[in-house]
Parts: sequence; structure tokens; C-alpha cells
Amino acid sequence: MIAAQTLAIARNTFREAVRDRVLYNLVAFAVILIASALLFGEISIGVEKTILINIGLSSISVFGLLIAIFLGIGLVHKEIDKRSLYSLLSKPIHRWQFVVGKFLGLNLTLLVNTLFMSMGLWGALYYLTRSFQPEDVYIWTAIYFILLELFLVTAVCLFFSCFSTPILSAIFTFLIYVVGSAASDVRDFGTLTKNPLLESLTTAIYYLLPNFSDFSVAGVVSHGLPVGSHLILLNTAYAVCYASMLVIAAVWIFSKRDLK
Amino acid sequence: MGAVGGSSSCIRRRRHRRGPQRAGRCADPGPGRPIGHPDAVRNIGYLPENPYFYDYLTAEELLDYFSRFFPMSPQRRRQRRELVLEQAGLAEFRNVALRKFSKGMLQRIGVAQAVLHNPEIVLLDEPMSGLDPVGRRDVRNLILQLKSEGKTVFFSTHILSDAEAICDRVAILQRGKLVGVGQIAELLQRQSGFEAVIESCPAALLPRLQALASAPVLASGGHHRMELAEENVQGLLSLCATHSIRLISLNPLRFSLEDYFVELLRAGEQARGPDAAKAKAS
Repeated sequence: MIAAQTLAIARNTFREAVRDRVLYNLVAFAVILIASALLFGEISIGVEKTILINIGLSSISVFGLLIAIFLGIGLVHKEIDKRSLYSLLSKPIHRWQFVVGKFLGLNLTLLVNTLFMSMGLWGALYYLTRSFQPEDVYIWTAIYFILLELFLVTAVCLFFSCFSTPILSAIFTFLIYVVGSAASDVRDFGTLTKNPLLESLTTAIYYLLPNFSDFSVAGVVSHGLPVGSHLILLNTAYAVCYASMLVIAAVWIFSKRDLK
Repeated sequence: MGAVGGSSSCIRRRRHRRGPQRAGRCADPGPGRPIGHPDAVRNIGYLPENPYFYDYLTAEELLDYFSRFFPMSPQRRRQRRELVLEQAGLAEFRNVALRKFSKGMLQRIGVAQAVLHNPEIVLLDEPMSGLDPVGRRDVRNLILQLKSEGKTVFFSTHILSDAEAICDRVAILQRGKLVGVGQIAELLQRQSGFEAVIESCPAALLPRLQALASAPVLASGGHHRMELAEENVQGLLSLCATHSIRLISLNPLRFSLEDYFVELLRAGEQARGPDAAKAKAS
């Protein structure tokens, strides 16, 4: 019963996103951008395919991020602000089910959107090469990593959405994404300064904030190189563990929250 | 019933706030379950004040969504959905998106979702606030229908005429505290004197008339209307007989719900002392 209730919330979150016109604009824009990568390929003699895959994967990642933040920041806040939460929580459900249901629903939305955009990339690739090579399948590893990245971004967004306003949640999530994407550089910068305080601070940031840099493998797969299964396993475990911790924290905060 | 901010908001806070309850007890329909536990609300239907429902859903989709939170088979869910849509008079609007609903229709779908799981207790937070007369009548009929089905309906309101028309028992809350409760019939049985209407009373007799009255005598259209205590009725009759004043009507003055409400609130304010009165005035 508990699983069915949580899935009902997830399903409704998905339905809400699917009926949002802004989402379609973003997805359409991403598909157009992927298609336009063919034009970039025209002026890049010999590396058309590499350019197409790079631009395509980057578009999927950036637009996925935009959708995750755009939808994620309002996940909890919107329900409180519009008071729809009062009707929902008067039903026999736990508060944690609401948070987890929202999280699952948004991830389902991102999964469907990413698959849709990936089909666009796959179509553009076929249009360019007129045949698929065995190494093209590595693109799906990169897409899987983008999904893991979005899974993590959604958890960060949900965490902030439980106690902050949508605008602040968007800013916090975006900043964490930017710093987390350059986590290794931040730590290297700290080491270069030779300042023990700064060094320990940047090291703490490196370990505390989600490390998004390991999820970016577009450069590797665009050259037809495989991604090691070791990295796939590590990234999966990392994303699941980190996101779970954030969702647990979000559940704890939301359960303690006083809804007036 | 209660003054603004003193009653309905208390219901909502009671349901959704965290932390220790400051006072009072709550009968828990789920034995051994604390307030706030899902099992404790399984037998309760709730409509919040000024409800907002997901406007991208149709009426049927909303009810289907909410019905999934209760242990019902798909067939039972469909039956209940059909029944409450019918009861709320929204069957023909089942496929209309809620964003196209009027406020009255939203209140009705709100009541429908509250009774979807056939609860024994229904809590309605100001179900008629902001509705036009037709909408109020529709919601009132819905509540009466629930009452006739044997359900216990609690609803908060600032509109005393609604309470008088629908309720068996009323409770008055002041600043979240229960200050009065009783059967409507008993409360309205209390008699507080008589009301008399007389005609052609000479101006010279008005001071004598005023002496008998318990409130200022009101003159309008050649008639005088006055309220008087039971012991002064005989005096009024004698005055009329002696000076050939025509007595149009003499009726017992019943206590209205409004009188009861105001009396209790004033008593509450007085009990809180002059400091509270000053604070209120400032």
C-alpha cells in the first residue's frame, strides 16, 4: 500500500510536468540544437561525427539540467504555496512518501525527456553517417551518466526546495553544480596556493560537494572510445548513495517542518 | 464558529503543525495512533479553507489520484468516484480541467474528495466562504446530504445563518479555545423578554413607554417598536388600555445564534481583563 501511494504521487508529479508547456519548449529547443550540430559538422571537415556527438551530449546535459532545476525548485514549495499540500496530507500518507514520490516523479520526467532528446541525437547521427558503428553504442553510456548527474541534481534541488524559496533553491543548486563540476580544479587550486587553510578548505569542498566532473565522458565517447565498467559502477554507486543521503535529509527537514 | 483567525485556522494548524500540542485532547479514530499518523485520518475526510487542487487535472483524474491513497480495489475506487461525482453534481464535468471550474464547483469537488473514502467524520474548513448564493446553497445541500447519510460533519464558519440552518450542535471558539457549545434548539429556546409593536402613541407618553422598555424605543412609519422584560408586559398592556393605544403585536423575544455568539465573545473578552481590551483597542 505504501509503495502504491508513493508511486501515485510520483505518477502525478510526472503528469504535472508532462502537461507543462515550458517543458516542451525546452525539449524542442534541445532537439533543434542537436539537429543544428549537423551544420557545425559541415564546416568541420573530418570531425563531423565527433562534433555532432559532443554538441548533442552537451545539449542533452544542459537542457536536462535546466529542466531538473526548473521543475525541481518548485517540487515542495509550490505545493505549500498553492496549499494543495493540505488536501494531500489529509490523506493517510506519511510525509516522507510525499518527498520520495516527488523525487521519483521528477526523475521519471527527466528519464523520458532525456530518452526523447537522445533519440534526436541518434537520428541526427544516422542522418550524418547513414550507418551505425559498433562504437556508437558508447554514446548510451554517456547518456546514462547524464541521467545519473540529473538524478543527483534533482536530489540537491529537492533538498533545498524543502526549506528554501524557489529562487534561492535554483541559485544554490546551480552554484553547487558549477562548483561540483570543477571540484578537481578547485582542489588543485587549493594545493597550488600552498596555504594550509585554503588547501584544507578546498579539499573539504571537494569531498563534501557532489563531484559532477566524473560524469562527463562526452569527450571520450565522441572519439569512439569505451568507458570502463569500473567507472560505470563507481559513478552509479556514488550517485545513488549521495542522492539517497540528500533525499533522507530532505525527508527529515520536511517531516519537522511546521505547515501553518 | 469563531471570530476571524480564531477558529478555522485552529483546525488547520491542529492537523498540519508539528511540535507538542499546547492544550486539549483529540478523540483518535485510529486506536492507539497519535494525531498526525496516517491511520488516524483513515476515517476522516478533510476540506481545507480556500482549497487549491491541481488545475491541470480533470475532476475525475483528481478523484482517481486521491482515491489511490486508500485501501480500495480498482473497482471500488471507480464506484466511489462515480458516486461522489454524482452527489456533488459534477458528473457532467468529470472530464473538464479544474482550471475551468468556478469557485463553487471547486468547493464541491473539494467536498467530493473529502468523502471519497466514505469517512465517518468530515471536517470542512469554511466550506462556504467566498461563494455566491447559488454556490452556498449547493454546498449547504451537500452537507445536509452527508448529514442524512449519518456522517458526522464538522465545519467552521463565520456565517452564523449557515450554522443555524445546518447544524445540530454548535461550538464557539475564541482564540483557539472552546468557550461555548450546545444544541442549536436548546440555545435558541432561551427567551430574553418580549418585543412589542404599538401604533399611535402620543409623544407625551413616550417617556413612560421608554421606562418600561429594556432598550431604546424605535419609531418608524407611525409605529413604535420596543423590547421589554416579562415583568413589564402587564404595565404596557395597562398603558395601552388606559390611553387607547393600539397594540399591533407582542411576541416573545428568542435568543438568536448571533446573540449567543456575541454574548460569549464579550464574556470572554471581559474575563481576559481590561488589559486585553486595551490591547485589542490599540
